[in-house]
Amino acid sequence: MMTYRINGKEFSTSPRPGQCLRTLLRETGHFGVKKGCDAGDCGACTVLIDGEPVHSCLIPAFRAEGHAITTIEGLAGEDELHPMQQAFLDAQAFQCGFCTAGMILTCASLNQAEMQDLGAALKGNLCRCTGYRAIEDALHGKNNLEDAAAGDAFGRSLPAPAGPQVVRGTAPYTFDTAVEGLLHIKLLRSPHAHARIVAIDKAPALAVSGVHAVLTSEDAPDRLFSTARHERAWMDADDTRVLDPIVRFIGQKVAAVVADSEAAAEEGCRRLRVDYEILPAVIDPEQAIAPGAPTIHPGKTREHRVANASRNIVGETHGEFGDVAAALAQSVATYEGTFTTQRVQHAALETHGGLAWVDANGILNVRSSTQVPFLARRALSEIFELAPEKVRVFCERVGGGFGGKQEMFVEDILALAALKTGRPVKLELTREEQFIATSTRHPMRITVKAGADRNGKLTALQIDVLSNTGAYGNHGTQVLFHACSESLGVYNCPNKKVDAVVAYTNTVPAGAFRGYGLPQTLFAVEAAIDELARQLGIDPFEMRRRNVVKPGDPMLSPPGPAHDDVAYGSYGLDQCLDLVERAMRADAGPIDLGPDWLIGEGIALTMIDTVPPGGHIADASIALRDDGGFELTVGTAEFGNGTSTVHRQIAATVLKTTVDRISLRQSDTAHGGHDTGAYGSAGTFVAGRATQAAAEKLAGELTAFAAGLIGADASACALDNDAVASGAQKLSLVQLASAAREQGKALAASGNSQGTPRSVAFNVQGFRIAVNKGTGQIKILKSMQAADAGRVANPLQCRGQIEGGVAQSLGATLYEEMVIDDAGRVVNPRFRDYHLPSFADLPRTEVYFADTSDALGPLGAKSMSESPYNPVAAALGNALADATGIRFTSVPFKPDRLFPLLQEKFGG
Amino acid sequence: MDLNTITDVARPRSRAQLPVWTAGDAWLAGGTWLFSEPQPHLRRLVHLTDLGWPALTIGETGLSIAATCTIAQLDALVCPVEWRAAPVINQCCRAFLASFKIWKTATVGGNLCMSLPAGPMISLTAALDGVCTIWKASGGEQKVGAVDFVTANQKNVLTPGDLLRQIDLPLAAMKRRAAFRQISLTPVGRSAALLIGTLGREGDLALTVTASTVRPHRIGFAAMPDAADLREAILDGIPDEEYHDDVHGKPLWRKQMTLRLAEEIRTELAATVR
Repeated sequence: MMTYRINGKEFSTSPRPGQCLRTLLRETGHFGVKKGCDAGDCGACTVLIDGEPVHSCLIPAFRAEGHAITTIEGLAGEDELHPMQQAFLDAQAFQCGFCTAGMILTCASLNQAEMQDLGAALKGNLCRCTGYRAIEDALHGKNNLEDAAAGDAFGRSLPAPAGPQVVRGTAPYTFDTAVEGLLHIKLLRSPHAHARIVAIDKAPALAVSGVHAVLTSEDAPDRLFSTARHERAWMDADDTRVLDPIVRFIGQKVAAVVADSEAAAEEGCRRLRVDYEILPAVIDPEQAIAPGAPTIHPGKTREHRVANASRNIVGETHGEFGDVAAALAQSVATYEGTFTTQRVQHAALETHGGLAWVDANGILNVRSSTQVPFLARRALSEIFELAPEKVRVFCERVGGGFGGKQEMFVEDILALAALKTGRPVKLELTREEQFIATSTRHPMRITVKAGADRNGKLTALQIDVLSNTGAYGNHGTQVLFHACSESLGVYNCPNKKVDAVVAYTNTVPAGAFRGYGLPQTLFAVEAAIDELARQLGIDPFEMRRRNVVKPGDPMLSPPGPAHDDVAYGSYGLDQCLDLVERAMRADAGPIDLGPDWLIGEGIALTMIDTVPPGGHIADASIALRDDGGFELTVGTAEFGNGTSTVHRQIAATVLKTTVDRISLRQSDTAHGGHDTGAYGSAGTFVAGRATQAAAEKLAGELTAFAAGLIGADASACALDNDAVASGAQKLSLVQLASAAREQGKALAASGNSQGTPRSVAFNVQGFRIAVNKGTGQIKILKSMQAADAGRVANPLQCRGQIEGGVAQSLGATLYEEMVIDDAGRVVNPRFRDYHLPSFADLPRTEVYFADTSDALGPLGAKSMSESPYNPVAAALGNALADATGIRFTSVPFKPDRLFPLLQEKFGG
Repeated sequence: MDLNTITDVARPRSRAQLPVWTAGDAWLAGGTWLFSEPQPHLRRLVHLTDLGWPALTIGETGLSIAATCTIAQLDALVCPVEWRAAPVINQCCRAFLASFKIWKTATVGGNLCMSLPAGPMISLTAALDGVCTIWKASGGEQKVGAVDFVTANQKNVLTPGDLLRQIDLPLAAMKRRAAFRQISLTPVGRSAALLIGTLGREGDLALTVTASTVRPHRIGFAAMPDAADLREAILDGIPDEEYHDDVHGKPLWRKQMTLRLAEEIRTELAATVR
């Protein structure tokens, strides 16, 4: 037994010999200590030992005995905030908040010297959401918040409602709860890229003390589904099983061991004896679709939404408007180039995972880290043949998503284990499992051909795309369609052509990822636009102005619209181009960094439909509480996207009150209704619309009910913060609630949005960079993005989404790359080898908003979560070409990749 | 992370108390690498901190660094004024991929024993003519030059049960003027090339190449070479296959950066001679 002093209290416990301090702290209820990487790279587990910050995942628990340990929960006294916690609140220096506890503890312990060099001081604290500007603001004591009077919340920079809990470390995330009798799941994963499981000997695993069950494909429903979650199941390929007797990539789950402890479950996995029959594998997508390649999903047909299983093609799209070849032959300027994008990971700091149990009413409960609780419930209900009301899926605060959690990777195995054992179960993926066994962005090879006349008008635009979905279809087909849609649709051009294929390979699957295919194709298309402009001597801004769609123009991409519900609810692309051009020109003076540094500028634009196609549904309900406040219930999830803030702002604005009077319940199927989910940037545009409708209806009911009580005409009554007023007469909402209760009347209303019609949003990114021709290093001198988000619901949060999108995209442009070897194995499944941008790696991006108001969005707002990511790699590639005169066609732009061509051109 | 296969921690207080080395044992100094990756083959940790080795000793013959000295302790060292090489201590500490929070726990010896090409304590001790003292598993001691301690990527001269006790940096090396250059694929990332040049009173130059190569390389010049001689010596002295190839830098680039940084060092040190 050892004694620990944690936050001033004594704890007696017996640490396991190899236990680290992080798990000991969580086992003693200190859930503010997070696991981001479990390897000392991310800093989410930072605590203070005797006042000094350390990564608690690297400290042997026994070594902390007798030392004073401070976690985020103990940084300030009870009901108090440490000045650094207050600073993070004032600056709103968090989005998902998963890194925040570690970040605050680190920042609070910096000395004055370290404060002068934040890039070095914060290299051990990764934030995937913010891009660090807001964190820097906190360290500089900036207050970024506004107040809002009753009815005036929309459009104000109001704080996130969960902020106080986030900075105190008390906001509950997926795993932040103690469950009596909990069993732990560990997964045995395939060491082979392609193999048939001939037999699994469970006995040695079951012999391990503490092991309760071993689950294999024989225990799982033999039902095909897609891990991708959409409102319409017909969008995605049915090619996945909970546990499959065939494994198709290294890392695929083979069996689950359920045990009293993670240690016993791990030992059980090591003891399992699996007999594999190795099958031929194909790693490269071009080889995969070539004749004679091993077939990865033989026997799948269009009934499974697999386009051509014999050629490993899960989806494809082809079409042509006009005659591209003829147009190119006659064009004054033409360009052709082939571009490749790499495999990148979402790297949300909270890994996938969850808890599951069957409650006393026989309902299967799943608490998971998901963007789509309602669609996960639908999938579980189908797979396990349970009535929908017998399955509940919900999420607490989610530690980052970025599209990776629009997918069902753990809920199925959690459900299986809970149903088989009858016990509460937990599965928390490791960081390595995130890399080798969840999903990634789709690597793509894009060949673009483009032509223009002497006036710079586009004559032809063609892309040929080969995308790699890995071993399973997931989102492969829909991402391919989206990649080929708005990237071409934003340009007027009489001749357009698309040939696009997404291939199966024996590698970790790709899935939904912020931008959903557009960042990859834009990298090629926006380069082609620039190359034509260069040939014709036309300024890149002007070239785009001459060719982009304007209200009234059809937004066309071959083979033509499968959905015809996209309209110009508003249009701000012209303003975005102007805003970035003005910012670029504002300080365009000569820059001299020395003879080795070449300077260049580049821009790129993106258009995005504000809602995914084919249906996106949200219900919302709102009720007057007895205390005169309102309870708003929405289905959409909060994972740093800030929609919780926006929903309260919408409701408060409609109900002419303040946000503190609106309490929010969210993301729980038990609340009833339906919500397709927080993806495709739909949390504001779709779900916000449902909240607006519910609040408007309730406002009408409140005034009508009050009018009846007062004896006035309803039209003479108006909501006024905490009351309904008619001339000099006022009835408080508390009085209204009480009167309604007496009459047995419920003052409540619901609203719904079907996610159609859809609008379009726009972003333009600009960079000024310097490139060292002797080393290949890039310095970003200036980064600016203009966004057309309609009427901006919360400027501070929206700016954060844009900065975060640029930051994440710069990671994919400059640093991040999952390397897969010839055998199909991920070579670098850890943060120290997969470089997420740290504080030192990112510029501060200037953010500008177009002044528009959308006719289709809630109170004029549009979506703005994904699209800021989209134009970044393209704009940087254009700046690089401007600086060097060399068109680099592969990301990431790492110095060692740029160097050979630089050396060839400029010498060593 | 939890190392769930560990069943025992030995906490010796003297060399005599070191347990007999057994398969499944690992030395635990800082533990910052050990606890950062799964170690399913391990059963017992032998905790070295209780051996109570003085972290840093400045003596008449130079600086003695215990293997268990933390990076933070080394970085905080107050050096005698005549130790002109002292600035490279901080420069090497800052070359860690890991943050200052890890420096409080990670040890100098641990960095050498990990034997990654980018280990900055390898760079430091190799450049300053360090001598490693190894407690042999079989008893007795062995001395090895720090430049020879690492033999390849994650390989070194230790055999199972050997324990790195200390690294001694001789006074003469500490008094040399030093120049430091480092480059990485990212602004504060893992070193892809880390070069240190030191200049003697006689004008001799000792160039130590690390991080770009799988093991340290030392190239000595009796007098300051010109650019062409320096370049030729590096090309002759370091065969292409010695340049490391991983996600932190391609070999061709590492080689070119080695040549570039070496020339920068030559220029910097040559300027002090004039």
